[in-house]
Amino acid sequence: MNPFQYSKPETVQAAIDLSSPVSRFIAGGTNLLDLMKENLTRPAHLIDITGLPLADLSETPSGGVMIGALVSNADLAWHPWIERRYPLLSQAILAGASPQLRNMASTGGNLLQRTRCYYFYDANVPCNKRQPGSGCPARSGLNRIHAIFGASDQCVATHPSDMCVALAALEAVVHVLGRGGARTIEFADFHRLPGDAPERDNQLADDELITAIELPAAGFAEHSHYLKVRDRASYAFALVSVAAALELDGPVIRQARLALGGVAHKPWRDRAVESWLSGQTVSRETFTAAADALLQNAEPLEHNGFKVRLARRAIVRALSDAALGGQAK
Amino acid sequence: MSATLSEATQASFVRHPIRLTLNGQVRELQVLPWTTLLDLLREQLDLVGSKKGCDHGQCGACTVLRDGKRINACLTLAVMCDGVELTTIEGLAGDDALHPMQQAFITHDAFQCGYCTPGQICSAVGLANEGRARTGAQISELMSGNLCRCGAYNNIRDAIEEALPLCPQPQAPEGEQ
Repeated sequence: MNPFQYSKPETVQAAIDLSSPVSRFIAGGTNLLDLMKENLTRPAHLIDITGLPLADLSETPSGGVMIGALVSNADLAWHPWIERRYPLLSQAILAGASPQLRNMASTGGNLLQRTRCYYFYDANVPCNKRQPGSGCPARSGLNRIHAIFGASDQCVATHPSDMCVALAALEAVVHVLGRGGARTIEFADFHRLPGDAPERDNQLADDELITAIELPAAGFAEHSHYLKVRDRASYAFALVSVAAALELDGPVIRQARLALGGVAHKPWRDRAVESWLSGQTVSRETFTAAADALLQNAEPLEHNGFKVRLARRAIVRALSDAALGGQAK
Repeated sequence: MSATLSEATQASFVRHPIRLTLNGQVRELQVLPWTTLLDLLREQLDLVGSKKGCDHGQCGACTVLRDGKRINACLTLAVMCDGVELTTIEGLAGDDALHPMQQAFITHDAFQCGYCTPGQICSAVGLANEGRARTGAQISELMSGNLCRCGAYNNIRDAIEEALPLCPQPQAPEGEQ
């Protein structure tokens, strides 16, 4: 790990004032310190934000929940409001990382995790995300874990978070504060597709700090399910994951949300498929048709064609489990 | 993100004072910002029970308890432990008796080489504090952050299943604040 200067401000404004192009905010540190140990990130200054008053949950005037950026992943997953009203989010968080890491990792930091593409993590090989313009060995290399949607010539990496897949389906809102003041970002707009600037994972500016994540009132608690498929039974990143949420009127779907993890540079949604689902009747045929429609746009690489077939089955199963009340195995 | 540092900036790399309760004793220490909690324990304080397995948060051999919650000491900066209460494997036993979790690991022969064992035991005590695991399957899932290359998992699970009811019960469920 490189030497760095350390500060621990007491107010959000002081933290933002301290920030610079060579500084990084640190909360849980579970990803940042790992990247620093690998010499992939070498900040000159770490700004410890764990003393800031951003560790609470509160109810919003519109009936939603405001989650402070410093709430730990474990505290969030096991908070009674989240377990009761947003079980999709609770399930997604508990499907990720390990109990130790969930105790350390913050809500805001979870959004800022970097890809686990093995070429990105190997400083000895080129990577456009790490070093713009150097090339992408993954596109023609071992790309079993890589994207089947939204990739570019320059980058085929996937976003590693489970929590973010649920937040995408729930249409959360990201609250940030920077030198230019406060702003909110719709979750669907927060993370970027790689395009020709894969070094940028999201829309956050250098001086901006995530202060909270806002959940809208609709939590789809009756009919939601998070399904994660990975190489081992626990503690591994998703090959494919599905956050499915339905609002039902008897057997008729009133509203559907569907977000996929492990398949793109950001949680992947297809609004056309979600719209088509509303008004349809719950059945295996309906869900299979939705999966086929969503996956007709997939662009698999040499070694990840299996993700298309895996995602098809995972979508049908997640939607079925959601329709059955999220409890089916 | 890389940067060149001015001499003035480099001169500001000072040791930071921290004060923490370590295995029941108040300790006042001076630490460099880039020293991890694991290196502080092993290299500066000679508490070598916590092990450095992967040093990347993947194996759990460095697991310790911070304010009763299990964390990876390898991905924690020592300077960020100011004011915390820390328990390592060296601090679990009482004056004249092992912690119930330690005793259960012996009873069930829950190890072979023993390298992962301090982390497994600290993690299992953290599991007990969380109060979320009851069945063997839940124990396996919630112990997935601790790898055992000898493959003693079945005995580890049996030991934890036996010791869980003997551990102090959690005060209140998470998030009830």
